[in-house]
Amino acid sequence: MAEFKMPSLGADMEEGTLVEWLIQPGERVKRGDIVAAVETQKGLFEIESFEDGILGEPQVSPGQTVPVGTVLAMIQADGAPSPSEESPPPASEQQGTEPSATTQAPVVAAIPVPAPSQRIAASPAARRRAAELGLDLAGIQGSGPDGAIQLSDVEQAARPASGEAPPHAVLTPSSASREGMRQAIAAAMSRANREIPHYYLETDIDLSRALLWLEEENRKRPIRERILPAALLLKAVAKALAAVPELNGYWLDNRLQASVAIHIGFAISLRDGGLITPAIHNVDQLNLSELMKAMADLIERTRANRLRGSEMTDATVTVTNLGDLGVKTVFGVIYPPQVALVGFGRITERPWAENGMLGVRRCVTATLAADHRASDGHRGGQFLAALDRFLQTPDDL
Amino acid sequence: MSEPEAMKKTTYREAVREALRDALLRDERVFLMGEDVGHYGGCYAVSKGLLEEFGPERIRDTPLSELGFVGAGIGSALGGMRPIVEIMTVNFSLLALDQILNNAATLLHMSGGQFNVPLVIRMATGAGKQLAAQHAHSLEGWLAHIPGLRVLTPATLEDARGMLWTALEDPDPVLIFENNTLYNMEGTLPENAGPVDIATARVRRPGRDLTIITYGASLFKALEAAETLAREGIEAEVIDLRSLRPLDDATYLSSIAKTHRALIVDEDWRSGSLAAEISARIMEQAFYELDLPVARLCSAEVPIPYARHMEEAALPQAEKIVAIAKGMMSHG
Repeated sequence: MAEFKMPSLGADMEEGTLVEWLIQPGERVKRGDIVAAVETQKGLFEIESFEDGILGEPQVSPGQTVPVGTVLAMIQADGAPSPSEESPPPASEQQGTEPSATTQAPVVAAIPVPAPSQRIAASPAARRRAAELGLDLAGIQGSGPDGAIQLSDVEQAARPASGEAPPHAVLTPSSASREGMRQAIAAAMSRANREIPHYYLETDIDLSRALLWLEEENRKRPIRERILPAALLLKAVAKALAAVPELNGYWLDNRLQASVAIHIGFAISLRDGGLITPAIHNVDQLNLSELMKAMADLIERTRANRLRGSEMTDATVTVTNLGDLGVKTVFGVIYPPQVALVGFGRITERPWAENGMLGVRRCVTATLAADHRASDGHRGGQFLAALDRFLQTPDDL
Repeated sequence: MSEPEAMKKTTYREAVREALRDALLRDERVFLMGEDVGHYGGCYAVSKGLLEEFGPERIRDTPLSELGFVGAGIGSALGGMRPIVEIMTVNFSLLALDQILNNAATLLHMSGGQFNVPLVIRMATGAGKQLAAQHAHSLEGWLAHIPGLRVLTPATLEDARGMLWTALEDPDPVLIFENNTLYNMEGTLPENAGPVDIATARVRRPGRDLTIITYGASLFKALEAAETLAREGIEAEVIDLRSLRPLDDATYLSSIAKTHRALIVDEDWRSGSLAAEISARIMEQAFYELDLPVARLCSAEVPIPYARHMEEAALPQAEKIVAIAKGMMSHG
């Protein structure tokens, strides 16, 4: 018997509204299935199950707002005894607008903690096919025994998304949630400025070589598969973070908990205001084509309100790119409990002196906002130097 | 299709008898020896009439002494004869295991390649006829463990008719296992049916969804199950191993490369069995083809019961094969 709870979709989330059950009581649930849609201050999210089993009676109805950690329904594991006296009290006893001791406790536990790496269950045939297709198993939903990924799941994932009907009707967040999103950003950023002793470093990077390489590379690619400079920058950030791991992870329990996995929160502005930073997983392990695909997919799903809960919680660092607005330099505010934010401004032609000669180069200003509790300026400087270095050898990205 | 061959109705029992007659007629060094093979006509009536036709020199009744008459068979094979020794059931062959393993299977090696043992031993195997736990086990997998032997399991009329002569031509010992539930099986054979190869497995029913690997009487349960599954849109490929030693790996591995799912059906017990061996070979040679763990359906790990309903419950049955196959197909 497992509890299907209102998840925490960020350090700043305290409660959420159940919008819709997408699986009915008595129906079978597999790990990775979308069970419910939940609206938070940051928008509408689809919530996945982490268990296999049968979905029990809902303990929260659509429209109800409940604190993070509230049990929404039980999932009876295969072969487990049926629910009995061990069922938790129904949500009606836990909810309410006034925060109480019971509603406060889960919020603390809700801060995302990097999950221990778990081996993904996938059949040998599925693994081989995914490797052939260059697909990351982490992004594939399994339909086999115990949620294992099978060949057909990989084939399914490889099919272009356009040919596939959306599994559920597109959910549109209400205008009220825009106000909520503003409140959520306000809470997180206030906490950041209150708690995090930021330090800032800035450097100008000559991108001429990288952009020439990219233009050459893109000439060989069909239009749909062309790579944007933003992908180069993200990949270089991931590689530089691997060299300076103090900047990748969380400040929790008064200490740095560096993350081995590099999940980059990628700030996406919404058309009608607001900001979301869903994570692109394992950026260091993606090649540029995969990264480009992941970025396009994420932007499309963000704007269609089709993000997964997990994508909201596990970013280990944030990258903000405001270049398309003409901004020269980004001085970022760290998203807690992360410990760094990397900013990029606009790529412009600038006079550039090198070896006693003055030339015109295409440059970008890269900035690092970092948590001084977790790292020092020396390491931050090494990060920016590594970033510059990786961008001078785009072939290796 | 070539021109239609003249067909005749026959049974598995008659096909084995035809194979024996054919061998006795072809080669005067061939003789049949075993318990009740002569005057009684064989305990499954396989050799009925052969004593009258070929006489007591070539159709020889033996005392109830498996160790003795298998040893005599080995001796006569060494002496240039081509003996066919019948053991009533595989359970009784355990009495002759010393001769089978330490002499028949080993003499070529011990003599530095000087002495082949061109012996054929036929024996009945399998449950399903309420013969109880001392006459009903399927121990062919045990004997297939032994290097130096060839182990055959004819399931079809064609193989019942054709494997014996090819086995007699082999210079080394060959064991042929006839499942006792098959003797009454009826069907047709070409008038000119004759020897068949004894080295390869056969696809008895093609299919794309899962591979069922089996042999002997379980073949027909698997084919029945495949018919049921086909009505529900599941196409099972059914493979008849035919030879348990050596195993024809290529046939079942190439099938798994297509279906990515394998179910082994074997009337033997599961632990330490031939089914385990095949499963291991699939893992060793086709791991990256597998989309599910290899599944096995074997007999319950009990002495085969006497009571009909319990005997049936202990054995692999078509319905169980259908249930397992459906379970395997319910994912992806």
